[in-house]
Amino acid sequence: MNNKIKRILPQLLTVLFVIFVFGFFTINAQVNMDNRGIDFGFGFLSQEASFDMQFTLLDYDGQDSYLWAYVVALLNTLLVSFLGIIFCTILGVIIGVARLSQNFLIKNSAAWYVEFFRNIPLLLQIFFWYYAALRALPLPENAQPWFGVTYMTIKGYYIPSMIWENLNVFMSCLIAAIVAVIFLRVYAKKIQEREGKQLPVLYISLALIAILPLLSFLIGGVTLDFEMPVLKQLAQTSFIFEGGIALPPELIALVLALSLYTSTFVAECVRAGIQGISKGQKEAAASVGLTPNQILKLVIMPQALRIIIPPTTNQYLNLTKNSSLAAAIAYPDLVLVFAGTALMQTGKAIEIVGITMLTYLSISLAIAALMNWYNKRIEIKEK
Amino acid sequence: MFKHLKQLTSLFAMIAVLFAFTTEAMAKKSKTLKNTQKKGFVRCGVSQGLPGFSNADASGNWTGIDVDVCRAVAAAVLGDANKVKFTPLSAKERFTALTSGEIDVLARNTTWTLSRDADIGLTFVGVNFYDGQGFMVRKSSGITSVDQFKNGISACTNIGTTTELNMRDFFNSRGISYEPVAFEKADEVVAAYDAGRCDTYTTDKSGLAAQRTKMKNPDEHIVLPETISKEPLGPVVRQGDAVWEDIVRWSLNTMIEAEEYGITSANADSMKTSDNPQIKRLVGAEGEMGAAFGLDNEWNLRIIKQVGNYGESYKRNIADTGILPDRGPNQLWTKGGILYVPPAR
Repeated sequence: MNNKIKRILPQLLTVLFVIFVFGFFTINAQVNMDNRGIDFGFGFLSQEASFDMQFTLLDYDGQDSYLWAYVVALLNTLLVSFLGIIFCTILGVIIGVARLSQNFLIKNSAAWYVEFFRNIPLLLQIFFWYYAALRALPLPENAQPWFGVTYMTIKGYYIPSMIWENLNVFMSCLIAAIVAVIFLRVYAKKIQEREGKQLPVLYISLALIAILPLLSFLIGGVTLDFEMPVLKQLAQTSFIFEGGIALPPELIALVLALSLYTSTFVAECVRAGIQGISKGQKEAAASVGLTPNQILKLVIMPQALRIIIPPTTNQYLNLTKNSSLAAAIAYPDLVLVFAGTALMQTGKAIEIVGITMLTYLSISLAIAALMNWYNKRIEIKEK
Repeated sequence: MFKHLKQLTSLFAMIAVLFAFTTEAMAKKSKTLKNTQKKGFVRCGVSQGLPGFSNADASGNWTGIDVDVCRAVAAAVLGDANKVKFTPLSAKERFTALTSGEIDVLARNTTWTLSRDADIGLTFVGVNFYDGQGFMVRKSSGITSVDQFKNGISACTNIGTTTELNMRDFFNSRGISYEPVAFEKADEVVAAYDAGRCDTYTTDKSGLAAQRTKMKNPDEHIVLPETISKEPLGPVVRQGDAVWEDIVRWSLNTMIEAEEYGITSANADSMKTSDNPQIKRLVGAEGEMGAAFGLDNEWNLRIIKQVGNYGESYKRNIADTGILPDRGPNQLWTKGGILYVPPAR
């Protein structure tokens, strides 16, 4: 009896405390909002937003609703996070491996890189890349083409856009090629298990992915044209490029700053992962006759990944949350557009900040879930 | 003893009722006013640096016509125009700071609109600057009118302002496609425009004139003649404290009316013996003009003596600094402008 009370009482008190705290804040907010004549509600989401956005992935116009503005701004946040995660991973792996290099120069450059970018506040780096880029980049009329057809200017990076005919045929061919590659890998593994023979999977896969879509051009009626950016004069000294795709400098600066900053942390995770594998593993693998490539692929990496994945997940989450610093340089992300402009125009501070917080929470939890699933998949499966 | 308990309770009840009546009579005294007097300073929200309106110098002294509204309120309720705590706010933060009670007056070049007045728990108390939105361009572009804007033009501006909405109305009604580049802070907008990120910079014309002084080469930029919107800028208070609202409103009105009657910081004391009863009321020599606010009778005299009238404030902050030497609509109604305030009587 006594024990039961001892067990339940603290839990009961905790629950009561949580209810009390939530209740207090809710009632407090309600009373204050009543006093000031502020309504609470989400009706504003269907109202016309009546502001424009600089850069959107989906069609958006000021006549659309606040809800649509939210969706479009969220996609901008996801785009930055996605690009940032890709680049910071690639960079991070390269730098992390470079830090373990035997070469004095490579090893030390990598160490300097990590120490430098890791220890400067991210917001400063974003400002640096943005304003440095704005000062250093040419005006559109002075821009020299990069790779012949793209133009890097102060108003953005202009690249040709693709105009497809029968895109669906091309996509079906590509998907067919990928499915074929998956089957090939399964088949190759079976062959190896049964007969010990190794098929040249890599070359066949590459050939499949190259040839099938190419066929769609030759016999599937698929055509691809490029629309080139063309210089247009707005006023005596004011030019822009028209046509093609324009990547705003805000997006470029933000992705650059986020990837450089986060890559240093990823690099340290990678280094820790590889160093965490004992030397004996490598030597044992070598002694049974595996090639250095096979050692890395079959022995070192599967074990190192287990150490690398969990802390790297944290870095991905950090990057996503840090992307909200976009507001400082006018990239229309969720914080700038929704928690900024929309909040100002509607005055619905509590609702909008609440939605924004829940959104970031959901994105973070989704990334964490994905990485946990991947982590589970590569875990040691005890038999 | 218990016999007397009943009588005692009824006595207490009577006292309580009496108290209720007296507090009812004293309820005129505003809660915000009481808190302000207890703290000893007026909590005022201003901009993060807009020359002429609210700008801090190197040693942290704030000046500007918005700042003067706060100083006037401090002079009226605390007797000292310097007893103001300024909180610099971005356009995005300003209303939340006011409704949440972090500040008591918002004097931050804020446009009076229906939705702001009605929706978000704010009350505008008046207009201390009549403005309108305009465009700035580089002189070298050869653009001299908004009629020369073409498809693809990029425009730098602030988020969280009426500017963002007006800009869309303007470009849409003319069928011009444009690229809006919206920053959170004014300094960032200026830096980006100055670097060449945008073809034009749009905000209130007074703001354009003021920010132009911050550019690398102010002479390379011009403000186009067209005005695309009405922007009446004025101080704002929280909804729900009618007396405080009145104090701020009449502090501003006093400054404007003092100019109308020629009362300045220099001659205010001598005006006490004026023959004109309207002037005497403005310097606290006639009538009971402060009682309704819970203030003494010389609250308006202190405003004029310590801060000056509207004309002095304008000259000191906006004309003499070269931002907008011409008063335009911000001239008294008696001199061809539209400044017209109800009489203080």
